[in-house]
Amino acid sequence: MFDHLDLTKLIFGRLTWEAIPYHEPILLATFIAVALGGLALVGALTYFRVWGYLWREWFTSIDHKKIGIMYIVLGLVMLLRGFADALMMRLQQAIAFGDSTGFLPPHHYDQIFTAHGVIMIFFVAMPLVTGLMNFVVPLQIGARDVAFPFLNNFSFWMTASGAALVMMSLFVGEFARTGWLAYPPLSGILYSPDVGVDYYIWSLQIAGIGTLLSGINLIATIVKMRAPGMKLMRMPVFTWTSLCTNILIVAAFPVLTAVLALLSLDRYAGTNFFTNDFGGNPMMYVNLIWIWGHPEVYILILPLFGVFSEVVSTFSRKRLFGYASMVYATLVITILSYLVWLHHFFTMGSGASVNSFFGITTMIISIPTGAKIFNWLFTMYRGRIRFEVPMLWTIGFMITFVIGGMTGVLLAVPPADFVLHNSLFLIAHFHNVIIGGVVFGIFAGITYWFPKAFGYKLDPFWGKCSFWFWLTGFWFAFMPLYVLGLMGVTRRMSHFEDPSLQIWFQIAAFGAFLVALGILCFIIQLVVSFMRRESLRDTTGDPWDARTLEWSTSSPPPAYNFAFTPRVHDNDAWWDMKQRGYVRPQAGFLPIHMPKNTGAGIVLAGLSAALGFALIWQMWALAAIAFVVILVVTIGHTFNYKRDYYIPADQVIRTEADRTRLLASHV
Amino acid sequence: MSAHTDTHSHDSGHHDHDHDDGASHSTLRGYVTGFILSVILTAIPFWLVMGKVFDSSSTTAAVLLGFAAVQIVVHMVYFLHMNTRSEGGWNMLALVFTVVVVVIALSGSLWVMYHLNHNMMPMSVHDMKNMP
Amino acid sequence: MSDITAPSPLGAAGAPGTPHFYETKEHHVENGTLLGFWLYLMSDCLIFACLFAVYAVQGRSYAAGPSGADLFDLPLVALNTSMLLLSSITYGFAMLEMQRKRLRPTLAWLAVTGLLGAAFIGLELYEFAHLLHEGAGPQRSAFLSSFFTLVGTHGLHVTFGIIWLVTLMVQVSRHGLIAENRRRLMCLSMFWHFLDVVWIGVFTFVYLMGVLP
Repeated sequence: MFDHLDLTKLIFGRLTWEAIPYHEPILLATFIAVALGGLALVGALTYFRVWGYLWREWFTSIDHKKIGIMYIVLGLVMLLRGFADALMMRLQQAIAFGDSTGFLPPHHYDQIFTAHGVIMIFFVAMPLVTGLMNFVVPLQIGARDVAFPFLNNFSFWMTASGAALVMMSLFVGEFARTGWLAYPPLSGILYSPDVGVDYYIWSLQIAGIGTLLSGINLIATIVKMRAPGMKLMRMPVFTWTSLCTNILIVAAFPVLTAVLALLSLDRYAGTNFFTNDFGGNPMMYVNLIWIWGHPEVYILILPLFGVFSEVVSTFSRKRLFGYASMVYATLVITILSYLVWLHHFFTMGSGASVNSFFGITTMIISIPTGAKIFNWLFTMYRGRIRFEVPMLWTIGFMITFVIGGMTGVLLAVPPADFVLHNSLFLIAHFHNVIIGGVVFGIFAGITYWFPKAFGYKLDPFWGKCSFWFWLTGFWFAFMPLYVLGLMGVTRRMSHFEDPSLQIWFQIAAFGAFLVALGILCFIIQLVVSFMRRESLRDTTGDPWDARTLEWSTSSPPPAYNFAFTPRVHDNDAWWDMKQRGYVRPQAGFLPIHMPKNTGAGIVLAGLSAALGFALIWQMWALAAIAFVVILVVTIGHTFNYKRDYYIPADQVIRTEADRTRLLASHV
Repeated sequence: MSAHTDTHSHDSGHHDHDHDDGASHSTLRGYVTGFILSVILTAIPFWLVMGKVFDSSSTTAAVLLGFAAVQIVVHMVYFLHMNTRSEGGWNMLALVFTVVVVVIALSGSLWVMYHLNHNMMPMSVHDMKNMP
Repeated sequence: MSDITAPSPLGAAGAPGTPHFYETKEHHVENGTLLGFWLYLMSDCLIFACLFAVYAVQGRSYAAGPSGADLFDLPLVALNTSMLLLSSITYGFAMLEMQRKRLRPTLAWLAVTGLLGAAFIGLELYEFAHLLHEGAGPQRSAFLSSFFTLVGTHGLHVTFGIIWLVTLMVQVSRHGLIAENRRRLMCLSMFWHFLDVVWIGVFTFVYLMGVLP
């Protein structure tokens, strides 16, 4: 039968003790720190006996608010990892000149820049954005939850599983060394025979399923679950941008799934899609991955455009200027985002006619974004502006993002791109728009909706510190990169010969240090706000005197969001209610139909992570078992028809009465 | 939310609901018509190719694609009950958007890859001879 | 939705003439399952579109190996196509019986559909085995890689459809044609017909056009 060697291979695949990086001091130190920190955390949770609470109230929750918060926690934790990668790169590039090779050999450095990109896009930006949309959208449209609450929970855990796999690559095996998009032939089996690219593929495939399902969920929610009277053109702008974002998700992520599947077939089954021989064509990979990749960056930014619309109108105490044009601009961006993808590989050789077409479309797509900027400015004009922290982030965004966008229009000119492609100018450009747009927007959104989620505001002093460190840090870190890029310096280099470049890298490293302070201030802000929460308490549910429906609920809202489904008559529904003498109902409450919690999501995601790990290490026995168990659990789950329950009317009455008392006592 | 209608006693009311905004009413005639049309639209392409009816490959290809497009529409209408009313028009909108994206991705890829291959793939000996 | 004619429930509702800002009865939200499933199908459509795109670009990259004309057995493909097309109409008959709330005939037509689907998969596996035997496996050339992947992905979808169908048959025989099961049968119906639509693309673009010179 099976001789001893075959059985070992079947069970352990290519996993051996060598996979653990004993010989890499940095990794070993990181592992020890993480292990100790992890043990401390687990120990504390056990000591305070909160596992049951965590399982019941959070991990198995299908409440969109809790899931949204978990997404944001995941994103913020992964921000620390992704930023650590950035600090290491900045440090390496600041010191590695001439004879000095720095502290990161290329083998290690390449994994760091790959991991930095993958983590920041897939496990920081995507979860943060998804978390915001998850928390806010059902509240803004007057719904009790999303359309498919169980799928929502499952989607979160799939994203978390993908993140776990990436984190595991730090300590068991290694990560890809190909850059965040893993172009073949480098990512093919010949040139990357190790597990790195496999970690990349499977963590993205697993997270991708979560994202796709989330996209379907939010579209169905917005289409089907709006409160009566909330016609499409009465939806808040954040809901509009969420709708378009999720349309992009559903229409773009399948392409990523397909392309990564083809790459994995090349690596595992010896197919010839992207190989150099037997008819393969690596350029096809680049083409397809960017058909996904360009809509992806719009997936990242559109929700934040929505955040800025909400923040600007609230803190200017004015209705948003040009609502209809905002909606049309968003729709135009959604469609046009499919017509520009080639600008990511002008230099690959498609020739003048193709390049010109895509160059022109790329320039056109900046127009609707410009229209949005003007609308925000016109909203602020003659408004009564309050410079609360979310508004600071917004103004920082407007300046930073616009400049980044302009460098994008410069890159859209193919001849210019031939000089600047894959230079540090490109790096500066996309960090400019991603940090200026996505990161600043996330902080604006978190600060804006934090009181709604937790019942108290974030401390403004530390918020302002964080903002100023991020803003100045960003400019110090990336202006030098524009200069270096124009001088011709290439990206992804771990060592340089020309000493005249060093000063620029040192300035950039200083900028990174300022950003680190900004992140530190944010963490301090979280701690200080928690400690001072009584003085920062939001009792009314509407701490900013805002305009949309989520502010009509208590802070935090009850599990059911609204005791009675709202009825909408105009844009800025809550503002309309406040203006027209809305009185909060205090009686007549009915039992409320809600979905039950479930452990199936976390179980299935955990099994998927096991399957991914098994496939990475070619542990075929484990892979087969995991796959079968996933199938069985999924089918088993569908046999459960009793997924709902009713919140009794008494409980609703009590919850609402508590709120009545709270509102009365703080008048 | 999905088992929600079961716990109410007005199931008959929801029965109507399902028909109003769910899949449109299927009829035997609809399915049979769709089936017969599909058989015809399948048989002819097979005959055209197996019988080598046209001399030109491109003509054959164009005709085949035309028949496929028509048969897809037949399936959409008769089997999938595609119309502008289901789900308040959102089904049709989603389909149209998907088709647009598919057309862009397919034609865009073909155009781009044709140019890339033409400019960048290994040259023949003849081309090499003409290099400066 | 429902119009509120009663001016206020027990308790205040604002001055007379104030518009009503909330529903006093439980608001029944429309079920989103069918729309959600349709959206999933659109995403699946895009996966297939990618595979078709790859096949379009690499479908003639034979790498000096066998071509479609050398390999494809059109009569077999015609047989396969008819199996799938028949299974579409038998599923249609199952849906008609479901609408008439007749449990046993629904199950019977579902069973026939499943058998036809299984026959389709069986024939396809036979075809693949034959190709592998001839040395025309997916590793031979980009053409064959894209052929096996596109046709194989479709076959995998049909296989999952059959597993789903069997599961639903068990659930329907257990719980009857309740609203939840009817919704699931409608989703599977969409899935099944969608796979037939994709097959139209496959037999046209891959097999019929593949044998053209």
